[in-house]
Amino acid sequence: MATDQNTTNFLEEAEASKFDFHSISVKAAGDERLRKAVNNAVLRNDAGRKNILNLLPNPLELRILAGDIKQHALDNLDYYLDQLVANVEKKGGQVHFAKTAEDARRIILDIAASRKLRTCIKSKSMASEEVELAHAMEHAGIDVVETDLGEFIIQIDHDRPSHIVAPIIHKDLRSIATLFSTYFKTPYNDDPTHLTMQARTHLRDKFRRADLGITGGNFLVAETGQVCVVENEGNARQSVTTPRVLISLVGIEKIVPRVADLSVMLKLLARSATGQAMTVYTSLFGGTRLAGERDGPEEFHLVLLDNGRSEILAGPYRETLRCIRCGACLNACPIYRNIGGHAYGSVYPGPIGALITPLFQGLSNFKDLPQASSLCGACYEACPVRIDIPKHLINLRRDIVSQHLNGPIERLIYRTWAWGLRFSIVYSCITMFQKWDLRRRAKKTGWVKKLPAVGAGWTQIRDMPAPARKTFHQLWPKRKSEP
Amino acid sequence: MQPTAALFITCLTDQFYPTVGIAVTKILEHFGWRVEFPAAQTCCGQPFFNNGFHPEAKALAKRMIEVFEPYDHIITPSGSCCAMVREQFHHLLDDDPAWKPRMHKVTHATYEFVEFLHKVIKADLSKLSLPAKRRVSYHYTCHLRGIGVKDEGVRLLQQLGNVEFAPLERTDQCCGFGGTFAMKYPEISGAIVEDKVNCIAATGAEALVCNDAGCTMNISGLCHRRDVPTRVVHIAELIAEAMGIDIGGW
Repeated sequence: MATDQNTTNFLEEAEASKFDFHSISVKAAGDERLRKAVNNAVLRNDAGRKNILNLLPNPLELRILAGDIKQHALDNLDYYLDQLVANVEKKGGQVHFAKTAEDARRIILDIAASRKLRTCIKSKSMASEEVELAHAMEHAGIDVVETDLGEFIIQIDHDRPSHIVAPIIHKDLRSIATLFSTYFKTPYNDDPTHLTMQARTHLRDKFRRADLGITGGNFLVAETGQVCVVENEGNARQSVTTPRVLISLVGIEKIVPRVADLSVMLKLLARSATGQAMTVYTSLFGGTRLAGERDGPEEFHLVLLDNGRSEILAGPYRETLRCIRCGACLNACPIYRNIGGHAYGSVYPGPIGALITPLFQGLSNFKDLPQASSLCGACYEACPVRIDIPKHLINLRRDIVSQHLNGPIERLIYRTWAWGLRFSIVYSCITMFQKWDLRRRAKKTGWVKKLPAVGAGWTQIRDMPAPARKTFHQLWPKRKSEP
Repeated sequence: MQPTAALFITCLTDQFYPTVGIAVTKILEHFGWRVEFPAAQTCCGQPFFNNGFHPEAKALAKRMIEVFEPYDHIITPSGSCCAMVREQFHHLLDDDPAWKPRMHKVTHATYEFVEFLHKVIKADLSKLSLPAKRRVSYHYTCHLRGIGVKDEGVRLLQQLGNVEFAPLERTDQCCGFGGTFAMKYPEISGAIVEDKVNCIAATGAEALVCNDAGCTMNISGLCHRRDVPTRVVHIAELIAEAMGIDIGGW
């Protein structure tokens, strides 16, 4: 289990019980070390994003264009999928459709088994996290190694990623140094360069011996049949070029029509994710090694993952599939900053996770997630493809109410309250009662220290100001009576 | 003819900060506007909309439209209630042909107070001054981004004489209020407002401008519990003070 005791307990708990966001998030919010680690990292990324985007002549228009490109591709997905498949096959690649996570795992394990592939180098991919591919491969006896440094640390620590782009954002240097010391059986050394070199030496050997490479894909280009992968460490480039067989597992929503569209998408992706103008490596690949080429795979398989995407595509939440997994909404979110990614109980945390996890895995299983938002709108402002996350979260709340997934008492309270507000007389009765009650509790200090029932959540944290002696409704008529 | 503005006071300002209503009224009058207060107003339906009770919110939106449709200018001191009208009403009433035009009339007439000063009145406050030097900071409330208001409030504030402006770190980060969110997730909301209050304390400001009653209750509530001496005020209160207007009564 993870070396970090908090993480270990946390994951055990999450595993053992039915997902309970409430109690998990409460614990996370109380974990000072976690809050500090996450806050420091995401605030840096968030500031980096804002700074670099503002250097562009018109970042808003670029984001609108990016959203339109993705939306157009989604609105015509069947057309572009056909085009993509034809173009991949033209280059000698094979395309597989995985309806479910189970299908994706089976397809990939079958390819590995039938070609007797033993050693796999895997680069970072949210789709593979989603289908829990690495676990399945390990289970099947394949030596699979995560080659992204962050993912490698997660793998050897049996931990889970807590951020879409920065998977070990919840870890600090000390816990990584301790982990490396245990794993490599070397003395404790927390010099980041030393740790990176240690991982590099270890991974180099794996790169040399691997016969299978697995990547995800940031974009699929329909007109050329190419996969586009961006990264900073060169490990994905290795996965693409070295092994005999290459498999890319990519969600069907990652399609863009043309290579030219990448000029918009790539301009926004790295800027939104890490505040970089561009990542260190941008790989565009597809098909097999051609005669005379010095590297590239003998076999290329593109596994297109559905796993619930078609259903979302057909419903009112299609726009959510625009997501390019940049993590900007996580970095911008005051809630994510304070509870970290594990609390969301899914591979997709943060605002986008609160939105798509219930869509992927059932609203009734994750009905707390859409409530975990102050609807501040920072995510929408950050999103490079302009997914209106607060709007969709409110719509999920509407679905929760209309499907009766919330408690009958809550429904009764809201309905009665709303009914009362339709009549001025009831409104003034409610405000008069509230005023009397709160002023009584404030005992002439102007502040209420403790409230019962629903109000307890308020006074648990802060004081409640007492209402004024007279409401504005009461004050106004006095003005009119003056000459 | 003297222009008329209807005051949309909002539930929380009505009960907790009625003097802000008096300040807004008197400031508008100072700029030559006649102010009316449609007494039938209750709530715009925001808590119901945000919590997924959309038929209930729709009924309240219709009621709000009935009350305010006679007016060409509707002014509210609260950014979030303004955003509810302007950004959310159409989700509820767009597919209702009888109500859609009436809704549009109201949504186009509704302004947040600072926005109104800036866009319509084009107020110049540079001749006004607080009675004595005061260190003032500014919290950028979230719903202003929904209605496209940026730094207009800060600029108005900086026009006032005797204001020593103290920038707030992470000024546009949510204060953690979020309506019922503050009570449903007190620990998370608490962590967020704690960060906000730490930033406020670091400014050493005597006053923090916050133009949304919900955020004010949240921020001032923790300031009070933590003995942070910064007073949380609405910008209308400071402007009124600079105008020498008494907001303790009419």
